[in-house]
Amino acid sequence: MAANTSELLPQLFRLEYSKMTAVLCRLFGLQHMETAEDIVSETFLKATEVWSAQGIPENPTAWLYTVAKNKTKDYLKHISIFETQVKGALTSGETQAETDFDFNPQSISDSQLAMIFAVCNPANSAASQICLALQILCGFSVEEIADAFLSKTETIKKRLLRARSNLRNDNFQIRQLQEATIKERLDVVLRTLYLLFNEGYFSKSNNHLIRKDLCSEAIRLALILTENPLTNTTQSNALLALMCFQSSRLDARANNEGETVLYEQQDKNLWSKELIEQGNYYLVHACSGNEVSKYHLEAGIAYWHTTPTDNNKWSHILQLYNQLILIEYSPMTALNRTFAFAKVYGHQPGIQEAEKLGLSNNSHYHSLLGYLYAETDTDKAIAHYQQAICLTKSTAEKKTLMKEINRLLL
Amino acid sequence: MREFILIFRNSTNSHDNPSPEQLQERMNWLAGIAAQNKLADKGNRLSASDAKTVKPDMVTDGPYTEIKEFISGYMILKAANIEEAVAFAQANPVLKAGGNVEVRAILRPEEKS
Repeated sequence: MAANTSELLPQLFRLEYSKMTAVLCRLFGLQHMETAEDIVSETFLKATEVWSAQGIPENPTAWLYTVAKNKTKDYLKHISIFETQVKGALTSGETQAETDFDFNPQSISDSQLAMIFAVCNPANSAASQICLALQILCGFSVEEIADAFLSKTETIKKRLLRARSNLRNDNFQIRQLQEATIKERLDVVLRTLYLLFNEGYFSKSNNHLIRKDLCSEAIRLALILTENPLTNTTQSNALLALMCFQSSRLDARANNEGETVLYEQQDKNLWSKELIEQGNYYLVHACSGNEVSKYHLEAGIAYWHTTPTDNNKWSHILQLYNQLILIEYSPMTALNRTFAFAKVYGHQPGIQEAEKLGLSNNSHYHSLLGYLYAETDTDKAIAHYQQAICLTKSTAEKKTLMKEINRLLL
Repeated sequence: MREFILIFRNSTNSHDNPSPEQLQERMNWLAGIAAQNKLADKGNRLSASDAKTVKPDMVTDGPYTEIKEFISGYMILKAANIEEAVAFAQANPVLKAGGNVEVRAILRPEEKS
């Protein structure tokens, strides 16, 4: 246990806030999301007051649950008196059923799953869904979200307000998550978790801790999906495998100065063997059917990246990228495919393939060409690296590219 | 940008035991077009054996018409003009095996020819 309240509470907040609001949201319905959040916030406020005066209780989490539960019961009693006296609408039986709830592992996990599906609402843009997920499912503050997105807090606040009002008006049945709803929305859920992870993994933010947080939160949410039979699909497993493989390199990818360390220069001892093994486990589950989704292909690519020794590695990776680009075009996939192509067939054919892509406004396009020209044409390589520096917004990437130019000038 | 269909013709069945290298080459060609965001429809391969030709008075086995050459598959790409579509077709590995590729612009509803 942490020594004092000021150290323990932020940790507990991050762990428990989203769980508790999920359970209460499911009890009240999404229309009353703010009430649920108010009760949980008040609970934490009370914890701050009581714990700093009387010391931390034996079991802090249980303490939080009890206080939240009592506050909720009080609230429901109050509402019930109001409703019966003013409207005469509620029978006592119904109120009884509503107050009958608990913060136990099962109700927490059911509620969190329901909240994931509520938040990943196609009525909101993908970017808004990620913001909502960070706030509601992960307990991030507006400032932390703004830092992750490199946006102003005002922008994030506005985006969240709009997104939350869409959630309230959606009439989503959160109490009893229907199988049909799950089937209908699972694609959107997977996509949002995928983007949430990528936001952390490829983030422009220089805050390495926030980036790691985003990745581990995405993994936590994907795990919830694999723990429920209805959402434990091969695609969910493939996505989770992808996240595990990518996360295994998080510590090797950034040096002490916060610069990105290129794959080939990474210290492979820093790769997490545990996460690679977990990735393997979920990849096996993902491949139990015949389905090949983009998550399967990306997990396959990420798997090969964890195996530095195999001779045919790049040929396998190219094949997977070939399939991936047929499923869905994206400039990043096109560039990564071309990198793999050059690894298999050589830099010269790679340059020819790259120059056809028509992505001259993309910084990664120029850094790829810089890399491919580096051995044969230093001037062209430097020119491309310089264009990449002009186009990228990431300071970490600018630094890395400057290093490459300096290396070529030697 | 407009859409062009590429129709692949062969005199031998190209789906019968292609080598891994041949497969990789075909895949590279197709994915190379997709990487330029110019793939409209990856199309399909067509069976050489499960095939009939239906005429007013009879049904014959096989996809053969008058010449001993049959369509083995098709795909649809996006290109600025027919010259660009032809350039894509010229890089298709089917040409190495004695096949040929027919390139046809897909007509828009208001077009006549």
